[in-house]
Amino acid sequence: MLKYAGLRLLSVLPVAACVVTVVFLLLHLAPGDPAALVAGDQATPERIASIRARLHLDQPLYVQFGIWLGNLVTFDLGRSVFSDQPVARLIGLRLEPTLMLALTTTVLSVLFAVPLGVLAAWKARGVVDRLAMGLSVLGFSVPVFVIGYGLIYLFSITLGWFPVQGYKPLASGVWPCLNSLILPSIALAFVFAALVARVTRAAMLEILAEDYVRTARAKGVGSARVLLLHALKNAGVPIMTVIGISFAALVGGVVVTESVFNIPGVGRLTIDAILNRDYPVVQGILLLFSALLIAVNLVVDLSYALFDPRVRY
Amino acid sequence: MTAAYDVAGVAEAGAPQKTKSGRSLWSSPVVVACLAILAIFLVIAILAPHVVGDYMTINTRQRLRPPGAEFWFGTDHLGRDIFARVMVGTRNSLIVGATIAAATTAFGVLIGLYAGYFRLGDRIIMRVMDGLMAIPGVLLAVALVSILGGGLATVVAAIAIPEIPRMARLARSVTLSLKEQAFVDATVSIGASTSKILFRHILPNAVGPLTVQATYVCASAIITESILSFLGVGTPPEIPSWGNIIALGRQYFQIAPWIIFFPGLCLSILILAINLLGDSLRDELDPRLARSSGLR
Repeated sequence: MLKYAGLRLLSVLPVAACVVTVVFLLLHLAPGDPAALVAGDQATPERIASIRARLHLDQPLYVQFGIWLGNLVTFDLGRSVFSDQPVARLIGLRLEPTLMLALTTTVLSVLFAVPLGVLAAWKARGVVDRLAMGLSVLGFSVPVFVIGYGLIYLFSITLGWFPVQGYKPLASGVWPCLNSLILPSIALAFVFAALVARVTRAAMLEILAEDYVRTARAKGVGSARVLLLHALKNAGVPIMTVIGISFAALVGGVVVTESVFNIPGVGRLTIDAILNRDYPVVQGILLLFSALLIAVNLVVDLSYALFDPRVRY
Repeated sequence: MTAAYDVAGVAEAGAPQKTKSGRSLWSSPVVVACLAILAIFLVIAILAPHVVGDYMTINTRQRLRPPGAEFWFGTDHLGRDIFARVMVGTRNSLIVGATIAAATTAFGVLIGLYAGYFRLGDRIIMRVMDGLMAIPGVLLAVALVSILGGGLATVVAAIAIPEIPRMARLARSVTLSLKEQAFVDATVSIGASTSKILFRHILPNAVGPLTVQATYVCASAIITESILSFLGVGTPPEIPSWGNIIALGRQYFQIAPWIIFFPGLCLSILILAINLLGDSLRDELDPRLARSSGLR
């Protein structure tokens, strides 16, 4: 177990190195002078020169990379070109709504999708199965902003049950905060739940066909016990995996959902930064989300060992 | 991260499917319906710009008209006919989806074949692919468009780049398993050239899973393009696309929901048709995956 964890931890290093390099080089992909790009269209030569000096763009590329890496190690992501605030601070201010939205979406999807997938597999080809799989194809196919505006139209404008848009911070109370997140999480949970339900069903189907499940049934173990204790526990690995993999899709979804529901999170910060050509902020956000994605997949891989003691590297 | 992505095969395998009874793909009603829908969209994409008439002229006297006999899908805040714009926008979505699916497949297959067959630099290539996959795709695409500048070509490249690693991984794993098979050994032993082995013997046997993956890439590319346009960093505003029609409708959503509804509906129907077609293709072409759904 320890050896597995250690090796898995080490395998993060090359991936992280790749991410850091790609994000660093991103700014240098642009045709022309990065300093002029960052400064914008109406910048004076002095401003371009000052930006060039501040971002160390007058140094050779490897020196720039070294300085950038050095700052990164101390969590210094640089300063926003637009507002001159530290990037880490800007992101920190916007983190709460985004993390809350990601959390409620994940909880909602898992609570809904895992039982649905189990039911669908148990009564494969039945009504529930067909309905669940139909819903899941729909979930894949309808873009999150279409679902989002549909929900706003139905529940906020027509029925008036929920606020149309906006976010209430946790500081204003747990219930107002959750209430402002209900529609956004439902919209975002559609895709996520579709994936989780599909994988749960596929994994359960496979496991229900195993010999040990037949043995359990043969010795008279009840259906519920077989499903939940014998089968679902072993379906844990693929289910955890899909949650890890779809975290990337969740991040993309968060950016869009925040725009639809006017939630002032990191997603909105991304769009604002891009429209303002505030590249240090864009780089910081890319790094943050990539780090989160790597961490989530790491935790998922480590959790395999919990579900399945045979897992070894 | 290897373990994590290998299970993706299982993720794809859960669709409703018929037992393999030897019936051809064409006799499935779902497949026929999907192909019909795609054909209709294709005809619309080809003909619309010549048939629907004016979709650009601004006429503020007829702004924000609800759907009716004169304007089937209503008008936007500049008085432009939404029906005409949605029809013309079909072209953009189809071009983007097809181009990205083709480009991703071409690059992914080349990388995957190379890494899987020669194993030279395999580890390095796959770590780079892992690194690319570790950056959330939509964010990477948004950043690429903003840095490289607008335009349809940039949008296509920005969406294709994050999709390539997945395709490369699939091509690599298929190549790895095909390489061990007797027919490849036989071809090597009669002295066939490497390029002949790769492209005439290995690639044709990998077409099934790669085609299935390409349909999913196509669907996800169309969604990503609409997301980029919706966020204002996608298709330039002078080309009508479903995403940028929706983006313009955001401000007027409470008084004119039809601006978002109709392009959203078309987008959903198109993606649904492609996804269902992909599922059916997978059941037909990739018995390995069909088996893993537990129907033995």
